[in-house]
Amino acid sequence: MSRTALDLWVGFFVVIGAAALLFLSFKVGSFSGFNSGPSYVLQAPFDNIGGLKVRAPVKSAGVVVGRVSEISFDAETYRAVVRFTVDARYAFPRDTIATILTSGLLGEQYLGLDAGGDIDMLKDGDTVQMTQSAVVLEKLIGQFMFDKAAE
Amino acid sequence: MSALPDILRSIGARTVEGIWRLGFAARFFVLVLLYSGQSFRRLHLTIRELYFSGVLSLLIILVSGLFVGLVLGLQGYETLQRFGSSDALGVLVALSLTRELGPVVAGLLFASRAGSAVTAEIGLMKTTEQLKAMDMMAVSPIARVVAPRFWGGVLSMPLLAALFTAMGIFGGWLIGVVFIGVDDGAFWSQMQAAVDFRYDVLNGVIKSVVFGIAVSLIAVFEGYDCTPTAEGVSRAITRTVVSSALAILALDFVLTSFMFRGQS
Repeated sequence: MSRTALDLWVGFFVVIGAAALLFLSFKVGSFSGFNSGPSYVLQAPFDNIGGLKVRAPVKSAGVVVGRVSEISFDAETYRAVVRFTVDARYAFPRDTIATILTSGLLGEQYLGLDAGGDIDMLKDGDTVQMTQSAVVLEKLIGQFMFDKAAE
Repeated sequence: MSALPDILRSIGARTVEGIWRLGFAARFFVLVLLYSGQSFRRLHLTIRELYFSGVLSLLIILVSGLFVGLVLGLQGYETLQRFGSSDALGVLVALSLTRELGPVVAGLLFASRAGSAVTAEIGLMKTTEQLKAMDMMAVSPIARVVAPRFWGGVLSMPLLAALFTAMGIFGGWLIGVVFIGVDDGAFWSQMQAAVDFRYDVLNGVIKSVVFGIAVSLIAVFEGYDCTPTAEGVSRAITRTVVSSALAILALDFVLTSFMFRGQS
């Protein structure tokens, strides 16, 4: 095999290998997970986070605007503290409400942001004060049965 | 009454032998890395090995990837439609291929297709005393023969694994969307929502790089270390395939337990 033919084949091999890698990164995987764009961090305390997990999407009006980066437990207030990053392109007012919602009946849980009407915007490191906890199915059923029994 | 000491002695001898070989392999690995710079100065040697271990493995990798994807598509659909979630077929196919099947099966195929060939070549060179002749002419056989084959394997393995995965996803798409009739949009969009670049794709690539290093090192080491007889070469080839397969599966478990701990 001559040197040029060898180089040609190896070049072909490397190019289709790289093309396969690009296909995997962009077409199969969402490259957005790389999080290269500028973003800022907010936090929100919750009474109950249900099944929310790190890396869960943060959505506003159904559009993904960020990701949950850290979930911790505050031993003084006995509440869960969820830290999440929001894309720097989107600013939210101070009276934004953070809610833990479920996509579909049995889908994954995500953090929903409902923008308020305040003129001041949330800055990096701020805390979202108004939060609504996850709906825990057992509590809901228990309450329903309690109400039924009271009738 | 000497049965017990004999058994103990044979266990001890095997342990010592095993540890000795492990140490020898480690020193050999360091030596290969040291001579790599020297061998990269003659890059066409490595490119030649890329051709032999990479380009010539293309066919088996692509065809196997396609068939693995086809089977995944059929079996995945069969199971998923019981739960009424056949739209998630893309997720199932893509995640199982990028995380596990792509690197592992490509690694096993690579070990038996390219690793065994490398061992046979180096072993035969040793048997016919070509390596000694090189040493006599002040040409380092490690820089001239071993390092290019090692790097050829290390470089081609991730590319082959990526091709295997891409081909498998194409196979899954072919069965799921074209033949069974899963919705095309749901197939791709659910896949894109579930497959993360760093968590899934990049970890799969890291796995394939590690497998490439392990398989290439085992192949060149077994060839270099073989008993210089016809039987010795054949045993070395068998050992290459067996220990590569074991190394891939064991390393896969270790890497998976580090990468995917289920916290998602």
